[in-house]
Amino acid sequence: MASRIRIRTSTKDDLTTVQAILKHPMDTGNSRDPETGNMIPALFIEMVTIHHGDKEIMTCDWGRAVSKNPYLSFSFTGAKTGDTIRISWQDSNGNTESKEAVIQ
Amino acid sequence: MNITRRNFISRLISGAAIIVAGVGGLLKPIFAFADRNVDAFNAETESDALSEFFPGLAVTPSDAITIGVHDLVENGAVVPIKVNTNLPNVESISIMVEKNPNPLIANFNLTPACAGFVATRIKVGEPSNITAIVKSNGKLFSTTKFIEVIEGGCG
Repeated sequence: MASRIRIRTSTKDDLTTVQAILKHPMDTGNSRDPETGNMIPALFIEMVTIHHGDKEIMTCDWGRAVSKNPYLSFSFTGAKTGDTIRISWQDSNGNTESKEAVIQ
Repeated sequence: MNITRRNFISRLISGAAIIVAGVGGLLKPIFAFADRNVDAFNAETESDALSEFFPGLAVTPSDAITIGVHDLVENGAVVPIKVNTNLPNVESISIMVEKNPNPLIANFNLTPACAGFVATRIKVGEPSNITAIVKSNGKLFSTTKFIEVIEGGCG
């Protein structure tokens, strides 16, 4: 399956800015399926970790109120063009996904 | 507290979701992910969420944090938000929406390599104060901004 994480990076003067979209429904558990009228169970990304090479540089804890297909942007220092950045997530059902990108 | 049918059902479901999440956690091998503070994310008021997430720490209002969010939002399901801070040694940035059923939305744990900046998109159920909390040198600082929402997005 094609990865559902998209990563874009840009580096300027030692500061690398990362923008990512993690494709995920982020269901809160409070809404109904418009066709069947049944409640849609909660399913949302709970945790995200970001690695620069082998080093963990950031972790995120999320609740159900992060929007569908979450967008995440942040900046960090110490990266060179060609280094790798890896973004991994785990959702409330224990599903995980991970994607690596080369820093631009 | 009044128990209406709606909030009874939503509690029932969030309870079931926790059980499902728990069982899921047991079945799957845990790799890089640490434990999430479930109680803080399930808290129904900002003060409960804060005391669960940052026990024993007081919050000081600060001018050194800015929240970038529109004052008037048409669709509460997708509200772009940016938090910037020039406080030193930022350990974490958290976002709370006062009027949401669970005010704690997201917490970002930063390392010294990170700049004091995060951006994401959140759901906001009704017009509400939005608070950004920054942990810097072990202390908590916050700033708050009110936003108007035309169509709530917590469904």
